[in-house]
Amino acid sequence: MGKTLAEKIWADHIVRQHEGEPDLLYIDLHLIHEVTSPQAFDGLRLANRRIRRPDLTIATEDHNVPTLNIDKPIADPVSKLQVDTLRNNCAEFGVRIHSLGDIEQGIVHVVGPQLGITQPGMTIVCGDSHTSTHGAFGALAFGIGTSEVEHVLATQTLPLVRPKTMAINVEGKLKPGVTSKDIILAIIAKIGTGGGQGYVLEYRGSAIRELSMESRMTVCNMSIEAGARAGLIAPDETTFEYLKEKPHAPKGADWDQAVAYWKTLQSDSDAKFDIEISLNADELEPFVTWGTNPGQGLPLNSRVPNPAEISDPEERGAAERALTYMGLIAGTPLKEIKVDTIFLGSCTNGRIEDLRSAAQVLKGNKISKEVRMLVVPGSARVRLQAESEGLDKVFLDAGAEWRTAGCSMCLGMNPDQLSVGERAASTSNRNFEGRQGKGGRTHLVSPLVAAATAIRGTLSSPADL
Amino acid sequence: MEKFIRHSGSVLPLRRSNVDTDQIIPAVYLKRVTKSGFEDGLFGAWRSDPEFVLNKPEFSGATILVAGVDFGTGSSREHAVWALQNYGFKVVLSSRFADIFRGNSQKAGLLTVVLEQSEIEAIWSAVESDPKVEITVDLEAKNVRYGDKSLNFKIDDYTRWRLMEGLDDIGLTIKNIDSVDTFEKLRPTFKPKTLPALS
Repeated sequence: MGKTLAEKIWADHIVRQHEGEPDLLYIDLHLIHEVTSPQAFDGLRLANRRIRRPDLTIATEDHNVPTLNIDKPIADPVSKLQVDTLRNNCAEFGVRIHSLGDIEQGIVHVVGPQLGITQPGMTIVCGDSHTSTHGAFGALAFGIGTSEVEHVLATQTLPLVRPKTMAINVEGKLKPGVTSKDIILAIIAKIGTGGGQGYVLEYRGSAIRELSMESRMTVCNMSIEAGARAGLIAPDETTFEYLKEKPHAPKGADWDQAVAYWKTLQSDSDAKFDIEISLNADELEPFVTWGTNPGQGLPLNSRVPNPAEISDPEERGAAERALTYMGLIAGTPLKEIKVDTIFLGSCTNGRIEDLRSAAQVLKGNKISKEVRMLVVPGSARVRLQAESEGLDKVFLDAGAEWRTAGCSMCLGMNPDQLSVGERAASTSNRNFEGRQGKGGRTHLVSPLVAAATAIRGTLSSPADL
Repeated sequence: MEKFIRHSGSVLPLRRSNVDTDQIIPAVYLKRVTKSGFEDGLFGAWRSDPEFVLNKPEFSGATILVAGVDFGTGSSREHAVWALQNYGFKVVLSSRFADIFRGNSQKAGLLTVVLEQSEIEAIWSAVESDPKVEITVDLEAKNVRYGDKSLNFKIDDYTRWRLMEGLDDIGLTIKNIDSVDTFEKLRPTFKPKTLPALS
């Protein structure tokens, strides 16, 4: 019987296989950042261990860094200590680091692809659950905890139990104004936040093949929101074209050899997935979340659901709590929900195409006087690229703030946070209670919906303008 | 890591599903560079409500957390495991755990046990009518016992052995490090390296 893509990559990385034990898997690339690594470095020091492969390791500062005044020392002493700790650890252990102010600094999942160190067929890990982003290249990429970070630093391997496989077939053609963000929000609403638990997802079908690399990254990025540690897409010409001129892409004969290998990275036609589900791209609409987990989403033209109509008692209780937290009344049209904050950025939607699509909507318009809008590029290079295209002017002229790169308001570790009761339309990935600041309320949206919402002040798509 | 054979203690009934790791420990508490001191941030936002179950005196001293389905979703932060351990929890029971949280807990020595949702609800009811009910979680026997009940649970033999012996994963891998040496000799040369830095 044939193998799925995930099974092929898994098989290619087994260092050791022993009955009754997890497989020991080789890790091709380890990305690190300031929040989930300090305790791992401490562990190495305590055991007098070194990093086995500093040349397969790279660090960037993203989670807690400010997005204003980055030429000045970090004002929050606790954040500063964490960033300084990463810098000191990288210096001591010989790890390449891209610090605040460096042209390659940015969100770890934006930096890897733009450097070309994310490539098909690799195993990639990071102490961050959105590592699944790199699956867009046909890599097996997943988030790990700090104990595992230490394990990878020390051995360049991880003991892992092989996950099951799920195919998600998205056939058809997206309507104008519907994006890859809407695809993944619709998938999560369909299978739920636990639906992918224990699986690697493979996104397939004509609608997926049509997507650009950056849009594919948005889809894979939120695999974890469906409960799956990893999600991937088979590499194709779009992938090879994207990689070709990247700094760390293979060169010369290595390129040819790599492409020949990458072309084998497809699920075989007779491969069997443990589960297959389907979604019709023709029917998709712009999607938005109304609740406090990413599975609580609906098409933008819907109304806030009525918990009384939900039959499952667990889901009904969760919906009741969500509406209370979100300050919403059942039956309200989603488009009548007023927001006061727009966040455009994150590892989900902080790449250049995301900024371009939002700028296209904003151009020549002003954002509502009732809202503030933060535009936070995913990396320093994305920021520079946007500025070279004049996108910064579009955002500033519309009344938005133009910031420097980092995770920012996606998780509110730096000063970019919602206050109690504030409501955001956010292009990020999690609408958990308090995720963007204690008491803050989050509606997850695409960059197009974020831009249209900024102009109208209520949840909107560009078609409403 | 401390060995885990069995543990007896009282229960904190957390009647909520989808408890994500942002609820277990909000991001603002993640700036510490140590593995200790995270108990202050455990359920940081919910704790400001005096009615929140963690604040109820009848449940103080609980060492076994019994939570709803999909516990530990979201962020990979192991700080969520440390926060629970720092506060004094030894075991979490739920009908389903998120993959990364479960992996982290098994590395750090916090036992996570999956029971049927009906069994979770029976424990909630028992504990809510008598908070003093003591539960024994026996990893050796692979069961959870309270009153006259004994509920079997599944756990893979490898993880069970490792937790019962208190073994560090890294040490186990290093015993087989020659297999890593062999693997590396056969890796394709086109695979990328981060050094020297190119841009």
